[in-house]
Amino acid sequence: MEYISTNRVARKMSARLLLNNLSKFIFLLATFFGIFVLGVLIYRVVSQGIGWLNVDFLTGRLSTQADRAGIMGAILGTFWLMMVVVPVTMFLGIGTAIYLELYAKKGRLQSFIQTNISNLAGVPSIVYGILGLTVFVRTLDFGNIVLAGGLTMSLLILPIVIVVSQEALRSVPQHLSEASYGMGATKWQTIQKVILPVALPGILTGAILSLSRAIGETAPLVVIGIPALLLPFPGSILDKFTVLPMQIYYWTLDSSLMAEYANLAAATIIVLLVALLILNSTAIIIRNKFQKRY
Amino acid sequence: MTLLKERIGDVQLRVMDNTNWRKPVYETNGLNLWYGASHALKNINLSINEKEVTAIIGPSGCGKSTYLKTLNRMVEMVPDVNISGNITFKGNNILGKEMPVEMLRSKVGMVFQKPNPFPKSIYENIAFGPKIHGIKNKATLDMIVEDSLKKAALWDEVKDRLHKSAYGLSGGQQQRLCIARCLAIDPEVILMDEPTSALDPVSTHKVEELISSIKNDVTIAIVTHNMQQASRISDRTAFFLNGEIIEVNSTATIFNNPNDRLTNDYINGRFG
Repeated sequence: MEYISTNRVARKMSARLLLNNLSKFIFLLATFFGIFVLGVLIYRVVSQGIGWLNVDFLTGRLSTQADRAGIMGAILGTFWLMMVVVPVTMFLGIGTAIYLELYAKKGRLQSFIQTNISNLAGVPSIVYGILGLTVFVRTLDFGNIVLAGGLTMSLLILPIVIVVSQEALRSVPQHLSEASYGMGATKWQTIQKVILPVALPGILTGAILSLSRAIGETAPLVVIGIPALLLPFPGSILDKFTVLPMQIYYWTLDSSLMAEYANLAAATIIVLLVALLILNSTAIIIRNKFQKRY
Repeated sequence: MTLLKERIGDVQLRVMDNTNWRKPVYETNGLNLWYGASHALKNINLSINEKEVTAIIGPSGCGKSTYLKTLNRMVEMVPDVNISGNITFKGNNILGKEMPVEMLRSKVGMVFQKPNPFPKSIYENIAFGPKIHGIKNKATLDMIVEDSLKKAALWDEVKDRLHKSAYGLSGGQQQRLCIARCLAIDPEVILMDEPTSALDPVSTHKVEELISSIKNDVTIAIVTHNMQQASRISDRTAFFLNGEIIEVNSTATIFNNPNDRLTNDYINGRFG
């Protein structure tokens, strides 16, 4: 009794091979779609904005006259915003992840918190804006200063930082912590000297990618009322501010009034893209550096 | 007079159990352990004697690893573990709250089934224990590292690459590094949980030689699947089956003339 008929296999063979080649082509197409769109975006932005990009533009103050306008204020605003977001999310995010992953007893409360954090990661950013407006700007009466904006942004990316850090901590092999406990190390010594060094590349990669999201985010800042007026440069986290994506947003809105504003927006997008590129490259470099060490 | 009393005590001890000549480091009395509802260790009574190698043998799931991990309380890392009974380490109860586990483990090292060096340099692996116990002086650490690696017969193989990753070593070298890492905290006991099961025969032989060379300084309790290994390196052997101790005796007795029929069947490969 023959279960597999040679004839039947031969008859089906060409169709199978065709499907085999076709599948590769389909996945290639999917990949190229993204690259194509990115290419179009970069081409349009660069061709429109590159002529406006010069030292005066980077270091100048805002102005209603397009040829005199600069984005130094927005660059400084983004810088000070990060001065709030980086320490707050690093400390709260990694701290929460360590607690949930290494200290909390697995149980109902822990899984309740876990579910909520995962859900928070999916909440639209504008909702965080409303929260920031209510809590930081009004209730705590900070006004629309860097601190209020930074805390709002921190809330927005915290869930992502927590989830990514937990993932990184979870992937540290158990046998390493066992070795440490077996030597008489305390839990904190084990976390500090064994678990964190191994998890750090993963944590940092996630944190830096979340920061690049915070740098590009606009909606929450619109809600907490970041002005688009001519502003003095922010000099600390207690000053009023604007950031690069806000600048892009207002210039794009106003391009109906003055066509050159669109070019200014394009030039600002280039600056923002370069900043993001630098951040993401840093993430990759950090990851590779730590991974290569051992 | 007191000397005489001690002597009489000693003689009485010998009469009671002719394998129990040496002073016990660990004494286990009426130990029961449950994982949730499953009764993993049943009324265990066993002493582990000073500067002897005690082998714990038995088929998979007999509780031998669980017992070993109870001795340094690593078993408590498993959720839902319940323990009753008594274990003393040099006369001190270890299951109560009196002794912090960190204290106990600074005197009792552990070597695991799979070599588990840290993703650090060879030097940092050995220096880890002394450092967590507060030794900061560089010269002292250097001395401990050299001394421990020499005791573990690894010094000549690694002395030129102390600051290279421990992951560059072979599996057998990594396991000897783990033993050296234990030796660095100057333990009184080393617990070994099937330390050669992931190694090839040559590496296994080297680990066994290492065990024989350190047993004059440190007490060793070793869990092994390999009965030849137990007969080669141990002084006393305990045979576990289904969570119970079937027989404890001198290794020679266990392997040549066991008292229990089950022991005889197991060591002759009739089951297990």
